Amino acid sequence: MPVGGLEVDDPGEGDLRWLLKGDWTTRAIPAFEPAPPAPSRRPVRVTVHAGGLTALDTGGALLLQRLVDGLGGAGVQVGVTGLAPAHQRLLELVRSRSAAAGSPVPPPAPEPRLEALGRQVWRHLAEGWALLGFIGETTSVLARAAVRPARFRWRALLATLQSAGVEAVPIISLLAFLIGVVVAYQGGVQLRAYGANVYVVDLVILMVLRELAPMIAAIIVAGRTGSAFTAQIGSMKVHEEVDALRTIGIDPVELLVAPRVVGLVLALPLLTVLAGLMGVAGGMAMAAGQLGVGFHDFLQRAPQAGTLSSFLVGMSKAPVFAAIVATVGCFQGFRVGMGADSVGRHTTMSVVQAIFLIIVADAAFSVLFGWMGV
Amino acid sequence: MTVRGLCFAHGERKIFDGVDLRIARGKVTAIMGPSGTGKTTLLRLIGGQLRPTAGTVTVDGQDVHQLSREKLFQLRKRMGMLFQSGALLTDLSVFDNVAFPLREHTDLPESMIRHLVLMKLEAVGLRGAHGLMPRELSGGMGRRVALARAIALDPMMILYDEPFTGQDPITMGVLVQLIRKLNDSLKLTSVIVSHDVKETSAIADYIYVLSGGKVVGEGSPEALGRTSSPWVRQFLQGLPDGPVPFHYPAPDFLGDLLGGGSP
Repeated sequence: MPVGGLEVDDPGEGDLRWLLKGDWTTRAIPAFEPAPPAPSRRPVRVTVHAGGLTALDTGGALLLQRLVDGLGGAGVQVGVTGLAPAHQRLLELVRSRSAAAGSPVPPPAPEPRLEALGRQVWRHLAEGWALLGFIGETTSVLARAAVRPARFRWRALLATLQSAGVEAVPIISLLAFLIGVVVAYQGGVQLRAYGANVYVVDLVILMVLRELAPMIAAIIVAGRTGSAFTAQIGSMKVHEEVDALRTIGIDPVELLVAPRVVGLVLALPLLTVLAGLMGVAGGMAMAAGQLGVGFHDFLQRAPQAGTLSSFLVGMSKAPVFAAIVATVGCFQGFRVGMGADSVGRHTTMSVVQAIFLIIVADAAFSVLFGWMGV
Repeated sequence: MTVRGLCFAHGERKIFDGVDLRIARGKVTAIMGPSGTGKTTLLRLIGGQLRPTAGTVTVDGQDVHQLSREKLFQLRKRMGMLFQSGALLTDLSVFDNVAFPLREHTDLPESMIRHLVLMKLEAVGLRGAHGLMPRELSGGMGRRVALARAIALDPMMILYDEPFTGQDPITMGVLVQLIRKLNDSLKLTSVIVSHDVKETSAIADYIYVLSGGKVVGEGSPEALGRTSSPWVRQFLQGLPDGPVPFHYPAPDFLGDLLGGGSP
């Protein structure tokens, strides 16, 4: 590729000759821009000789036009000779279009901070309002299903129980066991310093049954089931399947949401029981291994450690958490717009929102149970 | 079906500004217009999925947007709709997709459903494909299965959303014939929304041409072919420049500077 160039020939008396050489193309321009070298004195007339030009594209033509215009603007007479007809046409095209394009559009000014904050708040409020509407719609569908159970999608419910419940057993068991181990170990080290080893029982039972089991189960379910709800409904939305259901005369909330919500409200409490059992088992194993509190002692101490009330408190949270995860998951699925990237974005939002709301609800429960003195 | 004085706005942007349509029973009516004129939106308005800002849509004597939810769902059972993508339920087989509306809305015994489904699939020439999953079908076959599903409940009307888009010539020919044949043999009323001029003109009894939220031309295909309207002429003959400009309107420089546009 012969690199483009511009040679200035100065025979004197204010007459300059510019000789264009080689390729004036978008890729070759960076090699010789900025051009041309400033003449030592002000020229009166410039003649551009394009005979040596081997290639010209829109980038080169634009550069040439700018150079010519720049000279013209400085009051210099400019003439172009020796342009091939094709190059001539290209130059004219670029000239006519660059006039139409006008001044370059400046990048939009960054939004003022206050306005951005306001928009953000407004968006969240609108989202919250839409979620509220969705909860209402789901509730009314569930109420109708309660009156007419034959209309309920039992098979979809079983599928939800299988995928959200049964298939989550291994991961929840393992994680809950490990959490029990961690709680017993971290607490046990402190208790041993005071010789109060046996209180590890109270610690494990209170922490695991009351707080951690419902929370861990709900968060795992939000991650593996809530996100799946969003992705399933979202991809149906993208493929117009949700619209197709409506035109067939089926309420998508009835078909897609109701069985998922009911399924999760049934599955999560069971998973919470499992998580509680496994967590306590993990704590027992650790207590026996590290703190010298054997299984027998552990179980004997357990009833005095408030096991029943902790268990009931923990269990009362599970259905609420389940409703949060399922509703948010389905809601975000219906918020999916056009395009596959929207599915991914809403899936992420579903998990983040669900976990956020779970923790808010847990805090609310703590306050509530504090009032009730449980 | 009649549409009277229909207006609809998407936020600030007006999509329809007083559209009047009359769709005759038993005929194939086409609604044409360039991309982005809101043809799909019009179908959604007719199906009651969207609410117009003004005007009425009357189907079979009922005002779609005044109906209760129950009544609307009843009405929708009598309106089949064919989506651009086919919109088959991906986790059901071809057979189950066609059987879906029957199972949902009727208490027919399974043997009867089987007969009906195979009959509908035969009508679209895909009885042999009843065991396949939607992902195993080509685009044209998917649309034909969706068509079989749309006629599963013997609707009085079918709405087609861009039935020809992105199909090869043979598939287009098949679809064109099918739509005409089904319309005539099942005594349907068909509404086709499309921008494929040749195919649509071949089967439509009456054509409405939409642009800029208004009806700019109407008539039988022959009558439209002789039109003097420069707009309709540009659309039907596919001229690149004319009343519809080649250039997308560029933002006003000052307006852009002041940040008037959307962020």
